[in-house]
Amino acid sequence: MLSKKRKAYISGMKVAMYISTGLTAALVIFLVAYVFIKGIPHISWELLSTKPSYISGRIGILPDILNTLYIVLATLIFVIPLGVGAAIYLTEYAKNKKLVGMIEYAAEALSGIPSIIYGLVGMLFFCQFLGFKTSLLAGSLTLVIMNLPTVMRTTQESLKTVPQSYRDGAFGLGAGKWRVIKTVVLPGCVDGVITGCILSIGRILGESAALLFTAGFAHALNGIFEGLTSPGASLTVALYVYAKEQGEFGVAFAIAAILMILTLLINLSATFVSKHFAKKREF
Amino acid sequence: MSDIMTAKDLNLWYGETHALKNVNITIPEKSITAFIGPSGCGKSTFLKTLNRMNDLIPSVKITGEVCYNGQNIYDSLVDVNELRREIGMVFQKPNPFPMSIYDNIAYGPRTHGIKSKVKLDEIVEQSLRDAAIWDEVKDRLKKNALGMSGGQQQRLCIARALAVKPKILLMDEPTSALDPISTSRIEELAIELKKSYTIVIVTHNMQQAVRISDNTAFFLLGELIEYGETEKLFSQPTDKRTEDYITGRFG
Repeated sequence: MLSKKRKAYISGMKVAMYISTGLTAALVIFLVAYVFIKGIPHISWELLSTKPSYISGRIGILPDILNTLYIVLATLIFVIPLGVGAAIYLTEYAKNKKLVGMIEYAAEALSGIPSIIYGLVGMLFFCQFLGFKTSLLAGSLTLVIMNLPTVMRTTQESLKTVPQSYRDGAFGLGAGKWRVIKTVVLPGCVDGVITGCILSIGRILGESAALLFTAGFAHALNGIFEGLTSPGASLTVALYVYAKEQGEFGVAFAIAAILMILTLLINLSATFVSKHFAKKREF
Repeated sequence: MSDIMTAKDLNLWYGETHALKNVNITIPEKSITAFIGPSGCGKSTFLKTLNRMNDLIPSVKITGEVCYNGQNIYDSLVDVNELRREIGMVFQKPNPFPMSIYDNIAYGPRTHGIKSKVKLDEIVEQSLRDAAIWDEVKDRLKKNALGMSGGQQQRLCIARALAVKPKILLMDEPTSALDPISTSRIEELAIELKKSYTIVIVTHNMQQAVRISDNTAFFLLGELIEYGETEKLFSQPTDKRTEDYITGRFG
């Protein structure tokens, strides 16, 4: 038999756990619902498909959507080959395991640095030292540095999940190192690599602090090459500008809702990719 | 029978551990040579020196010579990939690649530059026939190899090794993960294959060595203790340690 005190303790703990679970769930639901309720009524085709005009007083976020797209594309073009390449070298080729360990540690430490610091360094290095001025390209390159450690680390971890026996089998048939990596190792962990990349798209979408310094606030409608060399606000930066400097909270909430939907879609696609490949591997 | 491989004063270290001590052995062509000995005696390590699979472990240091057709395979001029094509390997645990049965077999030939579909089809069928598994898989060549049973997977791995037309087949305890029926099929297969290939097999199972091998080498603590015709080694061992091992006094 449990003592009375013990019983009270157990039920007390139970209630405490229910409350904390309930609070967590409620907070998430509240946040999502609040943003959607405030934002969705302001989303209109006009908002999504035009650029702002001071003459007619119209606000459109098409330039910001395109800027975000350009930043994501430009960042991925640099970060995927660099990150995946570095990961392949470090896990498959590098002989000095001590140095590899140090690099891994440094990469993990890097991903914990506040993004505003990346922004500051990016501004000084890309915008001023390399003369890119405030531009989407400078912003993207800053995000490359920021995302490189994560892309590299997730790729490394998925490379390590490929069983050594696959590699042995291929080497035993006389395959060279690169062929083994290309035909056995990479296909065996491609889902991990893709998932890592999708999640880093999510981080690029959500980044604002690093872009405030490097990519600027402009709302001009540009093609991709023109866009990359000129300043422009991403959706997150535009949200900040509309809310803080123009007091357009409706527009800010509309952008917030769009960003949340995009984030949700990205996370869903990451889950889908890993499930899809898991199924494929089960024959 | 002429000798196809010879090891001369072969020593191997894993870091500080001296794992193989002055091993000298000659392996005759088109026969089955078995390596026996207790766990950790160096028999698998020695097997892997025969096609330089130990190169993949960074801390390994090797001295001495292993000659294949008169050429020291540790010579810097030797093309390791070509060497491993000629000296194939079957591993302890079946390790088919996570791809179709067809692609598993075609992996080796493709690696060595064969692209023609007709030729690949031919090699795949012939290798699967040689490994006595064609009839079981001919209707599902496009299915993933991981869906096969363990015994089938191991025969697939043998077929995969045969597809690059090796001269020697190294087998590292190929039946230790299999049931008795699959084991006996692999043993029959080995006996069949020795007509065209030289087979070197590491085994934990002394009955297996007796059943299939022509010559047997007994390893203990990194040394080659005794080597000779299987029948003779098991009936009249010359070394006391061999006798103790094969009569089950240790190991």
